[in-house]
Amino acid sequence: MVYFAKWKVVLILAIVGLGFLFAAPNLFDEKATNDFPGFFPHKQVNLGLDLRGGSHLLLEVKVEAVVRERLNSLVDGVRIALRREKIRYKRLGNRGRSVFVTILQADKVDLAKSLLADIEKGFDVTVDGSRVSVRPNKEGLREIRDAAVAQSIEIVRRRIDETGTKEPTIQRQGEDRILLQLPGVDDPERVKRLLGRTAKMTFHLLDLDGSIEEAMEGRVPPGSLLLPSIDNNRGGNKDQPRHYLVLKRVAVGGDHLVDSQPSFDNRTNEPVVSFRFDTAGGKRFADVTRKNVNKPFAIVLDNKVVSAPVIREPILGGSGQISGGFTTEEANDLALLLRAGALPAPLVILEERTVGPGLGADSIAAGKVASIIGLVFVVVFMVIVYGLFGIFADIALIVNMVLIVSVLSALQATLTLPGIAGIVLTIGMAVDANVLVFERIREEVRAGRTPISAIDAGYSRAISTIIDANLTTLIAAVILFQFGSGPIKGFAVTLMIGIITSMFTAIMLTRLLVAGWIRRSRPTKVPI
Amino acid sequence: MKTLNLVPIKPNLTFIGKQKFFFIISVLFLVVSIGSLLTRSLNYGIDFQGGIMIEIRTTQTGNLAQMRNLLSDLKLGEISLQEFGEPTDFLIRIQKQDGGEEAQQKAVEKVKASLPPDVEYRRTEFVGPKVSDELFRDGVLAVIFAIIGILAYIWFRFEWQFGLGAIIALCHDVLTTVGIFSLIGLEFNLSTVAAILTIAGYSINDTVVVYDRVRENLRKYKSMPLTELLNNSINETLSRTVMTSLTTLLALGSLYILGGEVIRGFSFGMIWGVLVGTYSSVCLAVPLLLYLNVDRGTGTDDAKIS
Repeated sequence: MVYFAKWKVVLILAIVGLGFLFAAPNLFDEKATNDFPGFFPHKQVNLGLDLRGGSHLLLEVKVEAVVRERLNSLVDGVRIALRREKIRYKRLGNRGRSVFVTILQADKVDLAKSLLADIEKGFDVTVDGSRVSVRPNKEGLREIRDAAVAQSIEIVRRRIDETGTKEPTIQRQGEDRILLQLPGVDDPERVKRLLGRTAKMTFHLLDLDGSIEEAMEGRVPPGSLLLPSIDNNRGGNKDQPRHYLVLKRVAVGGDHLVDSQPSFDNRTNEPVVSFRFDTAGGKRFADVTRKNVNKPFAIVLDNKVVSAPVIREPILGGSGQISGGFTTEEANDLALLLRAGALPAPLVILEERTVGPGLGADSIAAGKVASIIGLVFVVVFMVIVYGLFGIFADIALIVNMVLIVSVLSALQATLTLPGIAGIVLTIGMAVDANVLVFERIREEVRAGRTPISAIDAGYSRAISTIIDANLTTLIAAVILFQFGSGPIKGFAVTLMIGIITSMFTAIMLTRLLVAGWIRRSRPTKVPI
Repeated sequence: MKTLNLVPIKPNLTFIGKQKFFFIISVLFLVVSIGSLLTRSLNYGIDFQGGIMIEIRTTQTGNLAQMRNLLSDLKLGEISLQEFGEPTDFLIRIQKQDGGEEAQQKAVEKVKASLPPDVEYRRTEFVGPKVSDELFRDGVLAVIFAIIGILAYIWFRFEWQFGLGAIIALCHDVLTTVGIFSLIGLEFNLSTVAAILTIAGYSINDTVVVYDRVRENLRKYKSMPLTELLNNSINETLSRTVMTSLTTLLALGSLYILGGEVIRGFSFGMIWGVLVGTYSSVCLAVPLLLYLNVDRGTGTDDAKIS
């Protein structure tokens, strides 16, 4: 025990040195670390949202809506396919997750089956007598889901980028969820408002033949849609009609939009959103407006009519503007949403955790004070109880703190408020290994051993107990890491790192210190 | 340098012999804990129950009654409003709203709209019913797996008598900790589960140290009566037990007093757990060995002592 192989001494000192090196950047301003020479580590501890302030949002993609949409288009596909082959059918429609159709010509059921199987991949076709049903199979559903989630993430990213949030984290979680971490966002209401809308915009002609009154009573003409005005939500303008009857057929789709910007109307000076179509969209828009001069058309956003202006003249340039009695902020948001594109499905916020910068800063300050005071208490206490050996243990404890910080920085693990609690807890428990050794040494001295042999026996006998005791806590920490979420994971991380570094400092570092002391002073008595 | 012995060098306290007294105390603890859990249940936080929690700071000392009226006018069901740390800080808790995730968001907006515009929102947390169910399930699983994991380790490392004793002590500590949360109505949330798992680790840690010594003495003194041997083992490790508990309590006490309001429940749970864990390893885990028919052996197998 007194003798340490040279390579071991070098290794221990090297680890301690590296610890100091990797912990060092945390002493500097974040900007200053950029000026460090390349070989020097410049990563700082990565603070969690509960410490730096920010918003954590867990979103769910309503995949069911996409599936429904796909089934609706499948109904159209089935109709076209059957008509082309002149197969007579009845009762075509979708219910639940299936599209059903009854084939009237018994000899054509098989033909119908193979036709329907070819329409889309990922769907299973089953036949029951004359009734044919098509439903998405497992792979089909998964494909729909994966595509919807991937596209949603892309759109969410674009919308968040537009708000100017720095370093957002957007990642898929589980099957149909998106985890959003927005550092520095302390009022996420705008973000939530932006994410709460699918922003699907379409242009429709109005159904001028149908009667709104009849439609309101439930008799909507086939091929038309009864849509509410967006004003209904705002409780706004009483003069505006509250509902519109529009043609189902989309005149121009929002997917043709290439740009949209908030601006002000030249004449009325009210906030408007101006937009521009791509070439194909512009052409269609020109066609539609040319053929329908002096007729109204509806701009529909998420199944609500934003406005229904009358076409005064053909719009040939492929651009236009939407006025809907917006406030400046609404115009800004709508322009942003149209620029970023429509979500394939609605998003629902499952969980929100937002911490303002004030509380985050307070938590850091409180955590710092609690750690330092806790450390001072334990350091003083150890010296009072174990004297010189207490100082050895204290050196190890402080090195332990440095090592925890360096590992956190190097691994870029996230430090959360419970993580700070884990560090404070480690301060208290890290000395346990040394306490075990020192108490053992005291016993061996009392049993009449010489100093060196007592110290030797103290270390060798305590070691299996130290490992036993630490492994049980490590088990709890690992399981906590596995099952914990967010900040709690941060606690598990610091606890795990703390256990490992404290075993290193207690078993290796203090032992090295004690051995050095023995070699220098050749003690005749153990001052413990 | 003069050093300090926290515990007399040869304390010779009689732990074994008083075990009936300790058992009665522990059973009492357990009965109260379980009784409270059954009758009062736990004060679940929004993590496990769903709902909304908003921490605000007002510009001047807030008028609690006025704010309470303001909030109850919103008709959002049960709303609790309490001062939080400072006289200007308040914590608003709103029960889970009927009608899925969207309804919760509406409630958050309503509350924010009703409060004065100069209020600082220090924390806004909202947990929907889906997530709270999952968090609850994960929390329960975590505690179960932690106990199984520790059990497996103990079973691998010790004879079954020790394993059983350690697990009884562990369950005692976990149950009484959950019990105290129920009894004084402290909020039970994710960080409480973290505290419980850490307590589980600490409790076993403490027990293992004493058991290690028992095992060592069992090999050393083959003819010493078990009562005396167990008592000696406790006394020999007592100074370490006290020392480690004290340093841990010093650090935790600092965290409890200075670490801020957010983490106070966690620190409280940990402090309680360390106290109970220390008590149970000395006064419960070791005396239990008397009744578990510990194998004294006859061989001279000293190889496993390191």
